[in-house]
Amino acid sequence: MTSFFIKRLLLLIPVFLAVSMVIFAIVHLVPGDPIDNLLSVNSSPEQKAELVARYGLDKPLWQQYAIWLGKAVQGDLGDAIILKRPVADLIAMNLPHSLALGGFALIFSTVVGIAAGAFSAINKNGWIDRITMTMILLGSTVPSFWLGLLMIMLFAVQLGWFPVSGARSWDALVLPVLTIGLGGVALVARVTRVAMIETERRDFVMMLHAKGVPPRQIALRHVLRHALQPVITILSLRIGWILGGAVTVEFVFARPGLGSLLITALNQRDYPVVQGSLLMLAIAVMLGTLLGDVLQAVMDPRVRERIT
Amino acid sequence: MVALTALRTAVGSPRGAIPAGILVFIVACAVFAPIIAPYAYDIQNLPGSNEAPNAAHWMGTDEFGRDLMSRIIYGARTSLSVAVTAISISVVAGMTLGAMAGYFGGAFDRAVTAVVDLTWSFPEILIALILIAIIGPGLQGTMIAISIAYLAQFTRLTRAQIMALKNETYVEATANLGAGNFHIIFRHLLPNAITPVIVAGMLATGDAIILEATLGFFGLGAQPPTPSWGAMMSSGTAQIFIAPWIIIFPGLAIAITVISINLFGDALIEALDIRNRLRSV
Repeated sequence: MTSFFIKRLLLLIPVFLAVSMVIFAIVHLVPGDPIDNLLSVNSSPEQKAELVARYGLDKPLWQQYAIWLGKAVQGDLGDAIILKRPVADLIAMNLPHSLALGGFALIFSTVVGIAAGAFSAINKNGWIDRITMTMILLGSTVPSFWLGLLMIMLFAVQLGWFPVSGARSWDALVLPVLTIGLGGVALVARVTRVAMIETERRDFVMMLHAKGVPPRQIALRHVLRHALQPVITILSLRIGWILGGAVTVEFVFARPGLGSLLITALNQRDYPVVQGSLLMLAIAVMLGTLLGDVLQAVMDPRVRERIT
Repeated sequence: MVALTALRTAVGSPRGAIPAGILVFIVACAVFAPIIAPYAYDIQNLPGSNEAPNAAHWMGTDEFGRDLMSRIIYGARTSLSVAVTAISISVVAGMTLGAMAGYFGGAFDRAVTAVVDLTWSFPEILIALILIAIIGPGLQGTMIAISIAYLAQFTRLTRAQIMALKNETYVEATANLGAGNFHIIFRHLLPNAITPVIVAGMLATGDAIILEATLGFFGLGAQPPTPSWGAMMSSGTAQIFIAPWIIIFPGLAIAITVISINLFGDALIEALDIRNRLRSV
């Protein structure tokens, strides 16, 4: 298990390098002088000289990349142009909010998704199954930011149950988590349902029925446990999508977080902040995928062997 | 011919006919927007701003008094043209890359697969945002960003199809008769591999409409006064307390379009009997 974990971690290094190269390249690919992209318009020649010296902007590109990466790894992501603060501070301020949102959304989609899928599979082709499946179809095709806005209108503006925006209290987390979570619930429920229906056809299930085990016990103790394997696989593949959903939903609810930080910076063309938040989001997606893989390996020895 | 028969089967059942009818209607709205729309999309009328839906303005007016229904009809132009163009570019580029990688193998295949696997693990929205950071906001940036965000999917799918086909006897026979690599790829392999890729492309168009709307909502897509569904909702957020219809109707337009695309795509998959080939990726 440990060797699997270490190997999987080592595999992330080339991915991280490739992603960081793309993010580093943003400043150089954008039209105009990279130095002007990293400083506010009215900065003095001395400030420019200082920036050039600090990041070695007069050196060849690959050396610049090495310097930038070295500083980024040490937590120096440069200074924000508009907010005039270290980017690392901005990220440190926003990261906990994103983590809370993403974490809760993940838990919500897993728990509710498996429950809804299992419920649907047990009552297969009944009206409850049909309604659940229709809701799931709607949940996975409606744009998440629109869903968020509709929830704000209904639960915050009309009913006044939850705050419209911000992140001042815990109840401000409910609507954003629901918004991101519904897409995840749809996915998890669909996979759970299909996996359970397929497992029910296997011989050992017929054997259990022949032994006289109560159907409910077969469904929950035996079939569901088998069906969880593909669910974990799909979750580990889609963790990135749930984090991506957080980017959108943070902006809709005007919550602090990496997503809001990134979108605002993109609109203001504040490139140091854009680079910093993109790098953090990419790392989050990579670690999320890693977590999913490790979880899969814990559950299934075959996955552990595949990588060796 | 097969495609036509399948299309007829898909439209023949109500499960395919209803979404197909809705899609035809939406496309007609986009194409004939100037004829269908009751008002021009950019004529402001400040005294009549934020009007609730009424006889003169069926979907109400926005914060500048512009007719919301006309803007949604014109918005169909923006959303559909961006999504369809982006996905078409993505499908053509992805098929070429995937076919080359699958057919020739070797170092080129490894390089393509590495890049595809790399982008595969990241959500499309994140890839699109990285590209917007480079190209800059606007319609053109959105289009390029969407086409690259979905490139991995089509490359992967085509590559898998080509890998499955290239060892068939007829391919070997063609090669022995002296056909060149490009002749084999474009005349024999791609025609056999194209169906699942086209259907996947159609389904991706629905996702691309949502992605375009999301980028528009962030203010990174179409710039005012060009009407786009996402940007309309974005300006509607300031009016959420007094004029919720500015958000409700464009969202409904997106939801109906995307759900119709998904349902029709599903009927098409059923009619063509290619569910397994799509899943094999």
